[in-house]
Amino acid sequence: MTTTQSQSISRPEIRDTGLLRQSLVITRRNLIHIKRMPEMLLDVTIQPVMFVLLFAFVFGGSIAISGGDPREYRDWLMAGIMSQTIAFASFIVAVGLTADIDKGIVDRLRSLPIHPAAVLVGRSISSLLHSSIGIVIMSLTGLTIGWRIHDGFFEAVLAYVLLLAWGFAMIWVGILVGSSMRSVEAVNGLMFATMFPITFLANTFAPAENMPTVLRWFAEWNPISSLVLAVRELWGTPLPPAKHELALPLQHPVLSTIIWVVVITAVCAPLALRAFRRRTQG
Amino acid sequence: MSAQPHTLLQVSSRPAIEADNLVKRFGDTLAVDGVSLSVPEGSVLGLLGPNGAGKTTTVRMMTTLTTPTSGTARVAGYDVIEQPDMVRKSMGLTGQAATVDELLTGRENLHLIGSLYGLTSVYVRQAAGDLLERFSLSDAGDRVVKTYSGGMRRRLDLAVSLIATPPVLFLDEPTTGLDPRSRVELWDVLRGLVSDGTTLLLTTQYLEEADQLADRIAVIDRGHVIAEGTPLELKDQSGKAALVVTVSHADDLGEAERLLRTLVEEVHVEANARQLTAPANGLADVTRIAGAFDGSGIELDDLGLKRPSLDDVFLHLTGHRAEEAAEPPDDGRADDADNLSGVST
Repeated sequence: MTTTQSQSISRPEIRDTGLLRQSLVITRRNLIHIKRMPEMLLDVTIQPVMFVLLFAFVFGGSIAISGGDPREYRDWLMAGIMSQTIAFASFIVAVGLTADIDKGIVDRLRSLPIHPAAVLVGRSISSLLHSSIGIVIMSLTGLTIGWRIHDGFFEAVLAYVLLLAWGFAMIWVGILVGSSMRSVEAVNGLMFATMFPITFLANTFAPAENMPTVLRWFAEWNPISSLVLAVRELWGTPLPPAKHELALPLQHPVLSTIIWVVVITAVCAPLALRAFRRRTQG
Repeated sequence: MSAQPHTLLQVSSRPAIEADNLVKRFGDTLAVDGVSLSVPEGSVLGLLGPNGAGKTTTVRMMTTLTTPTSGTARVAGYDVIEQPDMVRKSMGLTGQAATVDELLTGRENLHLIGSLYGLTSVYVRQAAGDLLERFSLSDAGDRVVKTYSGGMRRRLDLAVSLIATPPVLFLDEPTTGLDPRSRVELWDVLRGLVSDGTTLLLTTQYLEEADQLADRIAVIDRGHVIAEGTPLELKDQSGKAALVVTVSHADDLGEAERLLRTLVEEVHVEANARQLTAPANGLADVTRIAGAFDGSGIELDDLGLKRPSLDDVFLHLTGHRAEEAAEPPDDGRADDADNLSGVST
């Protein structure tokens, strides 16, 4: 226990690998979680597939889209389901982050010489991948029940990019909620109570046009509706002729979606980072 | 910022860990109220105190996890506020709950942290294997941590903290919740680290643990360091061992007391427990007093030497028992702290 002994500790070289590499290491760890617990994917597999089937075949017949052909409703429905699936990315981030904070994993990572953002970036990348699995599964499900991309390749890709951009904005909401809530149960409760009504009070599953005036107003200004309509337009989904004049955001859905993504990110990102810092540095 | 190996201890004459008047305030609560510590290189400091005394917050400030409200700390010569990255490169931290990833295997946990340190994969593979072996986890290395016992988790947790062989190690209650055997095993591992030259700061609620491992102990209560010294010094401060006599029949208490008073000066009677307590200097006193009782005709249930426990140390130093201090430190805190100042060294 003398000074001379301690100098004999030989240490490996600690290299600064940078934010991206560090984030990817954390992403990989989160993906191993999914591999070990595939049931974590239920929220982007069984659940939305069940929704597709429920809406397409149980309610679908009663929800008239233009001519009332059920195949047209199924085609129309898919953009809604996919938008809801990507909106739930916030759910996934929040649950994962809260669990990591709760178990002290975040503290352990913060005690390492890594970029302070690596924990959040790693969590965000894995959550987007998680949600993307859902989008792929939804696309495949859609193809089997009559959903088609009617327009060009470029537009179709842009629709998927918009969905991912939406997921990016939702990540900040997730970090904000995940940093503010004390337990995974609380996150589940809050997200269920908010995200479900928000994603339903829109043009996701049924046309907003047939809703009572107040609800219709809310649904048309609901950011999700912009995303859903933008995706439908880009895929060339046949749309029923409008009975009313649409609310302003829905007149330019692609542009509105981009604006919503920017606004949600600009508002939520600083709040989320502050909440995360408060929670972890306290 | 790539640091060269071997040079992380900037100035070797400095203490490996130094805290100067650290303060942490959460809202109205002063969790840590002016803690100063100094741990020479290669030595072990035990930070001893009950739940809620401020041990964890102190460690969190010294390991860059929490920014101090005021005061400074240096680890391996680096300032925790000015050079957090260098501090993180120089130390390992094992938190209170075993913070290993339950869904990864032991080996994957080591690889995860090793890669984040930026160690080469060749090095990490080698080091992970060595650490698993050293901590008797070789057989379990490729099993998911969820299947590990509490003791195995703690050992893995410690192994993970050692992947980059940090010269300074912080351990926050490393054996809380472990069974006695696992605890003794972990102590052995820690002794091995210290003999390799690692500087250790460990927090604990157990006097015995501090006694076993620490060169020096700092007793912390309600955010203050109220005493510091070697384990022996602390025990002496908190009073000598006591002789405890338990009589079989309460009727004999009076006579036993009279007899005891002829042998020692100070006798304390606890009638409910049928117990008499007197200061004792060692086994010689026990023999002498036992002999006296032997011829007296007083029937005894028990006669023995009781060494000071954490509770006794606490009672002596603070005027309150350890469990009471676990109450959230609020209103009464400042007053109590004033009363204590006379006791502190």
